[in-house]
Amino acid sequence: MPKDTGIGASPVRREDVRFLTGTGEYTDDIVLAKQTYAVFARSTVAHGTIKSIDTSAAEGMPGVLAVFTGEDFVEVGGNPAGWLINSRNGEPMKEPKRPVLAHGKVRHVGDAYAAVIAETIEQARDAVEAIEADIDELPAVVDMNDALSGSNFVHDEIETNQCFDWGWIEDNRDATDNAIKNAHHVTTLELVNNRLVPNAMEPRASIGSYKASTGEYTLHTTSQNPHLTRLLISAFVLGIPENMLTVIAPDVGGGFGSKIYHYGEEALVLAAAKKLGRPVKWTADRTESFLTDAHGRDHVTKIELALDKEGNFLAFRTDTKANVGAYLSNFSTATPTFLHGTLMAGNYTVPLVYVNVKAVFTNTAPVDAYRGAGRPEATYSLERVIDKAARELRMDPIELRRKNFIKPDQYPYASAAGLEYDAGNYDALMDKMEEVADVAGFEARRKQSEANGLMRGFGVNAYIEACGIAPSNLVGVLGSRVGLYDAATVRVNATGNLSVMVGAHSHGQGHETAFPQVVAEMLGIDPAVIDIVHGDTSKIPFGMGTYGSRSLAVCGSAVVRATEKIINKAKKIAGHMLEASDQDITLENGVFSVAGTDKSVTFGEVALKAYIPHEYPLEDIEPGLEETAFYDPANFTYPSGAYACEVEVDPETGKVRVDRMCAVDDFGNVINPMIVTGQVHGGLAQGIGQALVENTSYDENGQLLSASYMDYTMPRADDMPMFHVDHSQGTPCTHNPLGVKGCGEAGAIGSPPTVVNAVIDALQSGGTNVTHIDMPVTPARVWDAMQNAKSEEA
Amino acid sequence: MTKVTMTVNGKAVSGDVEGRTLLSSFLREDQGLTGTHVGCDTSQCGACVVHVDGAAVKACTMLAAEADGANVDTIEGQSNADGSLNVIQQAFQDHHGLQCGFCTPGMVMSAAALLKDNPKPSETEVREYLEGNICRCTGYHNIVKAIMAASGQDVTAIAAE
Ligand code: FES
Ligand code: FES
Repeated sequence: MPKDTGIGASPVRREDVRFLTGTGEYTDDIVLAKQTYAVFARSTVAHGTIKSIDTSAAEGMPGVLAVFTGEDFVEVGGNPAGWLINSRNGEPMKEPKRPVLAHGKVRHVGDAYAAVIAETIEQARDAVEAIEADIDELPAVVDMNDALSGSNFVHDEIETNQCFDWGWIEDNRDATDNAIKNAHHVTTLELVNNRLVPNAMEPRASIGSYKASTGEYTLHTTSQNPHLTRLLISAFVLGIPENMLTVIAPDVGGGFGSKIYHYGEEALVLAAAKKLGRPVKWTADRTESFLTDAHGRDHVTKIELALDKEGNFLAFRTDTKANVGAYLSNFSTATPTFLHGTLMAGNYTVPLVYVNVKAVFTNTAPVDAYRGAGRPEATYSLERVIDKAARELRMDPIELRRKNFIKPDQYPYASAAGLEYDAGNYDALMDKMEEVADVAGFEARRKQSEANGLMRGFGVNAYIEACGIAPSNLVGVLGSRVGLYDAATVRVNATGNLSVMVGAHSHGQGHETAFPQVVAEMLGIDPAVIDIVHGDTSKIPFGMGTYGSRSLAVCGSAVVRATEKIINKAKKIAGHMLEASDQDITLENGVFSVAGTDKSVTFGEVALKAYIPHEYPLEDIEPGLEETAFYDPANFTYPSGAYACEVEVDPETGKVRVDRMCAVDDFGNVINPMIVTGQVHGGLAQGIGQALVENTSYDENGQLLSASYMDYTMPRADDMPMFHVDHSQGTPCTHNPLGVKGCGEAGAIGSPPTVVNAVIDALQSGGTNVTHIDMPVTPARVWDAMQNAKSEEA
Repeated sequence: MTKVTMTVNGKAVSGDVEGRTLLSSFLREDQGLTGTHVGCDTSQCGACVVHVDGAAVKACTMLAAEADGANVDTIEGQSNADGSLNVIQQAFQDHHGLQCGFCTPGMVMSAAALLKDNPKPSETEVREYLEGNICRCTGYHNIVKAIMAASGQDVTAIAAE
């Protein structure tokens, strides 16, 4: 029987009611008294020298209150990169300043060089048109190879476009080279991990306000991590003391990574609010989102896999160029390195891995973590090259993977890429996938497709990822400038209801429903009396926010620890009330009892006693019932999965249709299966979108060709099949109290190679020897690949 | 400025608008009905769908002045008279047809328009009808399932939870 409450149950989400009735409160819905509006002047060229900016006409326009340019921010700090990466030669990465507003040069289309604040948004828009900027256009650096070889620099002061040249694991470089040189067989693949725009449906928005009487600032903003935003603004950019800055991320309409980062607009509205003494609001339109939200992926990779005669993997060697865009966004240096290179051993017992990543500045929007962040890139490279190897060696792709899987009795397993996997069972996932995907029925379905004039292909994938980021000591050694713990406070009120303040932020993940399930289970009380508070730095002790599938594994563990402290103290109070030792008190179904007697008090009675401490041992126990815990994880968690996809390809048009998509994931223990399934669905759609339709395209002048929904293809309802999702094969995480892993990114990590593998299988089955097509696998690309393969044969 | 008068969720409202004011802005800014969301500037995303005289309309493609005299229904007016969720809203909650909630008002308003015209749509019909509504969170699976459930069809056979 499925449970209807507590851990493992799927109660409907309590946040839904406000969203379904139009009463959610997103940043742009908020109206502050005397609010004004900011509109930004943005570069229309990808690269140029700012000769002068004349704002006088704009300043004289109706309703205009102030105009800002880069000059106004030369004294304040830059928006920093969160990770310091060292190159192979030991040199620290190049870290040019990222100012609030462009100064000296503009470096990508959309780079903001001025901002107007006016009484109405229309007045601000009109005044932006009146700003006269004399910008001398320079040739744009767009292609990564040109960037590395040329002398046209995005940042003149660093005299290179290479941010770093990173090797992992550097000590294994020679051994890997040798293994590849001497191997029985080497499979090589060059591939592009296409650049994506995250496209949360709510565009970014921020409102800055300032109270002159106290010196307090408040920022309402579309953030996945309000505390991190506060920290960056306080410690690096504006220098506002943290205790004078409140950051509030109210309802947020999706993030997928793009709302992790601090952006210049947030600093601008705060500085402007102080200057004007009135709130300043900015809301991006969709074009601005395309131009300025941090993009994702954009790797160009060559991967080699060395195998012995039996098909055992001997080494993976990868050479990757990673585009970081015009400025370093906060996680941009960690994504192609420690979130990518460390996963390059996959689920396999391969003994050697070497990864080289060159990060490259270009005159394009900054690139940073997008759903999966580095792990999709790793998985795509690995699982495509393995599939190609299976074809070359005429081995079954499932069998080749199974042959090299780490086996359940090998945990903890030290991977060749430097991580210690704590638990997993990849064969069990593959078994389950074969059942759920009905692999046995594939040949019959293929015949049916062929009868309809279509080519059907089957694609498979096994992935592992590292999430629940991350152990602070470890990431500190690896270059992180922050710790990656999380925090929670459990406050039991006198009347027995609870407020639980969490550092994670929910923008679709259902924390308001899932976290109470954990607390209710531990205390044996009704989840309805537990309220989750998130997204407001003035109400929550601290937190590092939501990204990297970390909310439950890290913040959820902090919730568990704080609840344990509540139980310990409550037992002491109950022991006093029942005249027994707290050692003898048990808690079950919300009732404290003395073991072996019928003496008991309820959780509510203990709560009341804590706040009305009459006849209370004040010398031993403090009044009140409120506890805080900070939790720093001992390791990453390692979700893994086996995915299958079946596509039909129309040989007449090259059009690919996903017919079946199956995801079998190991998320460890699952708190709310409904929410977890929904997370996988969303990830699958983004992964299928990447594989088939989504692409971000800059022309050679650095103009973004795909800057609207007319030009950037978003996956729509009729592009998607129904999904088959299973998470019955969980192996609990061994190092966090709930035994949970992370489910937010898995679908986007596992699906792209699965889809592409299926397309290649379809084309091969149709008799065309196509070995690779870059994503997105559009009809035109499929068609071209088929024609090229035919002409090669002829 | 032009004066416009319309009925919004059964109540007569009026306001002074510029010629360029969109219906979406009128609803959000003038009427404080912020459940109608704006997710794009090219009438592609469907977050802003409302009903004008009973038909689904993207409120970002219509001028407020064009809606003068019309009957406009928004997400805020969809619940049952006692405040409980209506059948479609309830199905979205029951089947987890929303995550961040940003596309949700448009999805619910589109679904209502679909079911009015086609009370028992097939899966394919639902997917085709939603062509103009983008959701980045759900992968559409549970939205399609919710709409079919709201139409009274048995969705237990549809894959997964
Ligand atoms: S806001 Fe109307 S369609 Fe996007
Ligand atoms: S629920 Fe977030 S966009 Fe649909």
